Amino acid sequence: MAMSGHLLSILIFFPAFGALALLFLRADDQLWIRRLTFVVSVVEFLFSLILLKPVTIGAPGYSLVEYKPWITAPPINYHLGVDGISLFLVILTTFLTPLCVMASWNGVHHRIKEFHVMLLLLEVGIIGVFLALDLFLFFLFWEVMLIPMAFLIGIWGHDRRIYDAVKFFIYTMFGSAFMLVGILWLYNLTGSLDLPAIQSLLQTGVYHLSPRAEMLLFLSFFLAFAIKVPLFPLHTWLPDAHVEAPTAGSIILAGVLLKMGTYGMMRFCLPLFPEASHRAAPWVAILAIIGIIYGALVALVQPNLKKLVAYSSVSHLGFVVLGIFTFHAISMQGAVYQMLAHGISTGALFFLVGMLYDRRHTFEISEYGGLCAPMPKFAAFFCFVALSSMGLPMLNGFVGEFLILLGTYQVHWTWASWAATGVILSACYLLWAYQRVFFGEITRQKNRELPDADSREYWGLMAFAVVILWMGIGSPYFTRRIAAPVDALIQQTRSHFAEEAGRRGLQPPHHGTEQHGGLAPEFRAASLAAGFRDLHGRVVSR
Amino acid sequence: MPNPILNSLWIIPLLPLLGSAINGLFGKAWPNKIVSSIALGSTGISFLCALEAVREFLAGGSLPFRKEFFDWIVAGNFRAGFDLQLDQLTVVMLLVVTGVGFLIHIYSTGYMAHEGGYYRFFSYLNLFMFFMLILVLAANYVLLFVGWEGVGLCSYLLIGFYFLKKSAADAGKKAFIVNRIGDFGFMLGMFLLFRSFHSLDFKTVFDAAATWQPDAMGQFGTMTVACLLLFVGATGKSAQLPLYVWLPDAMEGPTPVSALIHAATMVTAGVYVVARSHVLFTHAPTAMYVVAIVGCATAFFAATIGLVQSDIKKVLAYSTVSQLGYMFLGCGVGAFSAGIFHLMTHAFFKALLFLAAGSVIHAMGGEQDMWHMGGLSKKIKITFWTMLVATIAIAGFPPFAAFFSKDAILFSAYNSQAGGKALYTVGLLAAVLTSFYMFRLIWLTFFGEQRYDEHHVHVHESPLSMTVPLMILALLSFTGGWFAAPPLWGGKDYFSEFLSPVFGAAAETGEAAHSLELALSGVAVVAALAGLIVAWRMYSKKVERGTSTGLHKLLYDKYYVDELYLAAVVRPLVWLSTSVLWKVIDAGAIDGTVNGLAHGAQAIGDTVRHTQSGNTRSYAVWVVVGAIVVFAIIFWPVLHPALFGGVR
Repeated sequence: MAMSGHLLSILIFFPAFGALALLFLRADDQLWIRRLTFVVSVVEFLFSLILLKPVTIGAPGYSLVEYKPWITAPPINYHLGVDGISLFLVILTTFLTPLCVMASWNGVHHRIKEFHVMLLLLEVGIIGVFLALDLFLFFLFWEVMLIPMAFLIGIWGHDRRIYDAVKFFIYTMFGSAFMLVGILWLYNLTGSLDLPAIQSLLQTGVYHLSPRAEMLLFLSFFLAFAIKVPLFPLHTWLPDAHVEAPTAGSIILAGVLLKMGTYGMMRFCLPLFPEASHRAAPWVAILAIIGIIYGALVALVQPNLKKLVAYSSVSHLGFVVLGIFTFHAISMQGAVYQMLAHGISTGALFFLVGMLYDRRHTFEISEYGGLCAPMPKFAAFFCFVALSSMGLPMLNGFVGEFLILLGTYQVHWTWASWAATGVILSACYLLWAYQRVFFGEITRQKNRELPDADSREYWGLMAFAVVILWMGIGSPYFTRRIAAPVDALIQQTRSHFAEEAGRRGLQPPHHGTEQHGGLAPEFRAASLAAGFRDLHGRVVSR
Repeated sequence: MPNPILNSLWIIPLLPLLGSAINGLFGKAWPNKIVSSIALGSTGISFLCALEAVREFLAGGSLPFRKEFFDWIVAGNFRAGFDLQLDQLTVVMLLVVTGVGFLIHIYSTGYMAHEGGYYRFFSYLNLFMFFMLILVLAANYVLLFVGWEGVGLCSYLLIGFYFLKKSAADAGKKAFIVNRIGDFGFMLGMFLLFRSFHSLDFKTVFDAAATWQPDAMGQFGTMTVACLLLFVGATGKSAQLPLYVWLPDAMEGPTPVSALIHAATMVTAGVYVVARSHVLFTHAPTAMYVVAIVGCATAFFAATIGLVQSDIKKVLAYSTVSQLGYMFLGCGVGAFSAGIFHLMTHAFFKALLFLAAGSVIHAMGGEQDMWHMGGLSKKIKITFWTMLVATIAIAGFPPFAAFFSKDAILFSAYNSQAGGKALYTVGLLAAVLTSFYMFRLIWLTFFGEQRYDEHHVHVHESPLSMTVPLMILALLSFTGGWFAAPPLWGGKDYFSEFLSPVFGAAAETGEAAHSLELALSGVAVVAALAGLIVAWRMYSKKVERGTSTGLHKLLYDKYYVDELYLAAVVRPLVWLSTSVLWKVIDAGAIDGTVNGLAHGAQAIGDTVRHTQSGNTRSYAVWVVVGAIVVFAIIFWPVLHPALFGGVR
């Protein structure tokens, strides 16, 4: 079928056509602009669901690959592909976009056409980032995506929007500049910009990077991604950007944009620079753990509800980074899962906070209190989403967090123990905020008459709630698809490293030998005798 | 199909979940009758299903039943499924949870009849039943953790049921967070178990652990750590030192909730986990010892606070903490079946005490302070008599329930290896205190002159829906101990025998042990009597609330532990977060650097832009300067020796 051959291209550019179509509508025809955008984004979501079929379970590698030569010198090609890791991130993006349209229904009142055009262009950039397999193409989408986002903040944001739009833009550009240098360096070295090609060239040892060069290259990519995640201490753009962004901007920003950073780490840093990744891992992990605890503690004392949610993202994304840099099958699957879960939960939280803002035009927690009485439905949804965010079992947040911590514990129990304090702290900041907003007597007269969720908001929240519950109960549906590429990724980093180490006559790094680290010798023998699986799923026999 | 219920064991937890969902989603518009019939129906049928499952289990030769229903989390070599199991220990828990739970549901229809949020209450209560049943039926640690966290959630929701009251909302939050601290330990415990056994399935873990040999030092290092971590979780959920602080505050919730969640079922989950993991604990003597000491210390500590409280529910709350301590003491000295036995009898008499207290509060129009009661025995006869039964039971007079269960624990403690006599002595002292504070409660509430204004309070007996559960529970509190009457009472320890496939057969006790046991029972009765007499001497006459000083004040203010936690943990953390992390590090150092760089760039640009003056002559100067620099660079090899050659 002609279409499925170009499904990925269609996925990327369909929203752009939608944006084009919007231009033909009259600027004051608010309702139809919103409706058209909504329809386009829902159709896009349905398109993205088609991806589920061709991405085979249990097989690593890219599906639906599209390859068109584009520029001959330098050899830049239009190379797209999807695997189990990018699959759900694309679907997450297409799922959140219609909800963004719904969230903006009451919140955005001026330049409505431009707003929706930007929203759709943003989707183009993000999906492009997740599907591009050419370094230049990736970089292109990475930068393209910045522009609509900066406009969303700068035009439709709140009071300090210009400051924060500029801050967001420059912060990210700062990192991207390093990545561009890294990309050019790789091109000079290998003569290629194609990710799979470079990967195999480096892995098979055709080109050899000195440890120093590898580390510098790693850092050039890592810096760009770490800013995006954001990893402590590069996070200060995030709370500001969130507070000023319109609701739709926040949903996309927290839901998807941050994952571009962690996705980049998995797609580029680890497979291209495995040895440097291993060497940097302890430092990265420490920053991630600091981020987990620090983000949670700062979230605890925010007087601004939206900032609170923003800092909670710093904390949650710390888990993801930790899960990736543990190089353990369980924790890395958990990390991918946590990306998705966080996208849903935090997207929903921003949706909810946006609803409050639409009604009262403030994010100050002290302006609220006792909202349970006038807004029971809203309060119930907020409670549900907050519980999912703090990782209650049977809701989506638990699976990712649990797998990350479980996997991390197997190789570095101290890391896991420190990170697990985040589980306590997330309950603290969310419950405290919840109490101050929803419980007690109503203290402000204005809040007495606040309308509860209307039917549009109700169904939007329902969509979130269904996914939250489904991801919490039916996680194998996702992890079965995530497993193969993650295992392959770990295999790539490991075999390469072992080879490297062997060549230089070094011992493998301790994480390799520590597979049975905490195990008493006598039990190790017992478990071997019993034919237990080792930590990576291979059956160990005598 | 044989064993219809056993093979679809999920139906037992699912029914209350359905009830909860239906009431939660649609119950708001419905009259109370429909809401309560859905809630009662779902738990009632669930109870019947549990009975049928147990019947099938026993008919099938009491073989442990285990079934995997679906995969829940799969990653790498880790698998956690929705796997349920039924063995003797689960049978006990299952019947207690569904049976007592059902009775409390009935009671609640009366108690909550005039409260707002009726549908909400029953929705939460049913949800609690769902999670509690998951907890006891789970066949792996992760699914158990689902129930574990879920009951915590329901506890949070129900404590904060009267959310307009700040104290209620605070108490709910406190309960959840303190439990989370325990869960932190529990999770790490699970991680360590997985690291050691590559599975979190009960059967796999316990089978592997059973064959584990000690290391050269005779120690089981990993096992000890894992058990202690699990026990941290248990101290949170079961309100033991030092994490007990949430339970007394939890009394802000409606009284049926206190009876069901904070007395009979949820708080015993920690005991259940320890008993369930007994294979691990028996391989970790150090951990066992810690369990015993913490349990014993809590039993005594909480009892001392209970001595002087004036709120009727607070007395019972500390009593619960104290009794849970006994259960841990039993488990800690290896008498798991005695611990579980006390769990069961406690579920009966403590649920009864709370429900009766609720009936008193109901009768008094919401009054909870015992100093504003008095002389109620003639006015609310059923409540009085049933509560008296429960009091005699908890105080430990034969042949009431707790006499047998508490005796079994103290006897085992006495016989345990290290420090058994000390554990026994403290436990016995706690028993004296228990008897004292319970009879103090009885006298203050039901005897003496009335200390309330009869014109304002119209004391009335509660409706049948409340008194019938009281009577049933009173019967159980009276007879519940007979399952395990020691041989010298002419009975047989059916309970231990029933549980022996799980915990192993009890050691045969010789004649000497029999006489020792008889002597210890005698001592226990004397202890209970002592408490009774002191309480009678102090409170049977005309009494008034005295001013609180010295030791009394220390106890009344609960040793200031809450204040200590507030000053030592909560406030410093908030201060650190606000004044250091947020204001100084985040806004100051990090963002300051970022903005500083931006300002620096701006400043450089500002300075350098002055060179773009638009003045031709200054441009000419720059051209000349530039030319000189370029020439200097080009001719540097020539210039260098020419200029500096002489120096060398």
